[in-house]
Amino acid sequence: MAARKPRMNRLARTLQSSIGSKFLMSVTGILLLLFVIAHMLGNLQVFAGPDQLNAYAAKLQSLGPLLWVVRLGLLAIFVVHIGAAIRVTNSNRAARPVAYVYPGSVQSTFAGRTMMMSGLIVLAFLIYHVLHFTVGTTNPDHFHLVDETGRHDVYSMVVMGFSQWPIALVYVVANILVGVHISHGASSAFQTLGVTHPRLAFLKQGFGPGIATLIVVGNLSMPLACLFGLVQLPA
Amino acid sequence: MELTLHVWRQDGPDSPGRMEIYKADDVSSDMSFLEMLDVVNERLLEEGKEPIAFDHDCREGICGTCSLMINGVAHGPEEGTTVCQLHMRKFKDGDSIYIEPWRARAFPILRDLVVDRGAFDRIIEAGGYVSVATGNAPDANTIPVNRDESEMAMDAAACIGCGACVASCPNGSAMLFVAAKVAHLGHLPQGQPERQKRVLAMVEQMDKEGFGYCTNHYECEAVCPKEIPRKFIAEMNRDYLKAGMAAE
Repeated sequence: MAARKPRMNRLARTLQSSIGSKFLMSVTGILLLLFVIAHMLGNLQVFAGPDQLNAYAAKLQSLGPLLWVVRLGLLAIFVVHIGAAIRVTNSNRAARPVAYVYPGSVQSTFAGRTMMMSGLIVLAFLIYHVLHFTVGTTNPDHFHLVDETGRHDVYSMVVMGFSQWPIALVYVVANILVGVHISHGASSAFQTLGVTHPRLAFLKQGFGPGIATLIVVGNLSMPLACLFGLVQLPA
Repeated sequence: MELTLHVWRQDGPDSPGRMEIYKADDVSSDMSFLEMLDVVNERLLEEGKEPIAFDHDCREGICGTCSLMINGVAHGPEEGTTVCQLHMRKFKDGDSIYIEPWRARAFPILRDLVVDRGAFDRIIEAGGYVSVATGNAPDANTIPVNRDESEMAMDAAACIGCGACVASCPNGSAMLFVAAKVAHLGHLPQGQPERQKRVLAMVEQMDKEGFGYCTNHYECEAVCPKEIPRKFIAEMNRDYLKAGMAAE
């Protein structure tokens, strides 16, 4: 086997190290956070009525190959994020084979200690979410609707879905966990990326819980509004 | 004061350990925690039993030898203090106290509460030094040192290598220790020539020793007897990533 270029060796070693794994996790985490924010802002158009939301959906669909580039890119980001998380979790479990008899913690948070658990539950939810709203397997009854202009009736699909309380409940619980995950992850990412400037200290402290709160409020508003009839099917 | 001690006893590195209960019934609140253990050990010796083995040396809070997990907190309940400087007045009469050794794969238990922290020495050997010419001492102030930087270097150099950061970390990570050692040289002009090489080598050794990965819980910062701040970990992350992505 031919020897690889030394630069690649160092870079590969760096990315496989403890800090490298954390680097990959934080960069992909920030990209996923940006996606979550964009996704939420797009969906909030449900409050602007059927025409607005269906037009937005049709526009996304019209992107064609570009849409697939984004989807595959997201998938790749998820794979790296989860791969790094598995690596970190395995190393951390191995690093303390015998637990303390008297467990204690001074300033770690519930969110921080349960990242793997919240992440796995969110992953399970994501699979359901894609089957529900993107592929249409779980609820074909409200997936194949068409509005009066012939566009996919995303608005009615969303309202009919969230009007069923079990579905709304799944979305509410999952999005709270998304918030818990982000509240630790978003701040943690900037520490891992080496942000030290005092002016940027907020990124490592309040930013995570703050952005997580906004995302939870935004994402919960949609299923709850549909469930309680604030957002209704077009007359 | 009367106390009930739950102490980890283990005969050797490969023997199974267990928690044992001891009554300590004539403890003065003016004793240090280690003096309290001395009294318990005196009695164990009188009874012909094996005394509890624990690490200690200077008992002034500066050497980094003492190392006890007390009720789940490294060095016990007092902030910014080693266990030798912790006094019994921090406890109440009738308290139950759980005393355990540092727990990490990289810190194997030698006996009772004594662990082998040789992993830290090997990390220092990997790069925690500066190479200087031997011979006569150089004249003072030949190399100008920025004051803010030297203060920062001193903050990091306060690390006494006790290992409380590893013991308290939910992941058994040594990041705060390694970060402090990287930073105290990295903030000085004398540390610049080997800066990249140093951080790469020390992190590589840290990983090799089997410490966990930092997930930013900051338990280390909370228990550090020298109150080394978490910002040094962020600095090391940056230094390491920069060095690791640079051309060789």
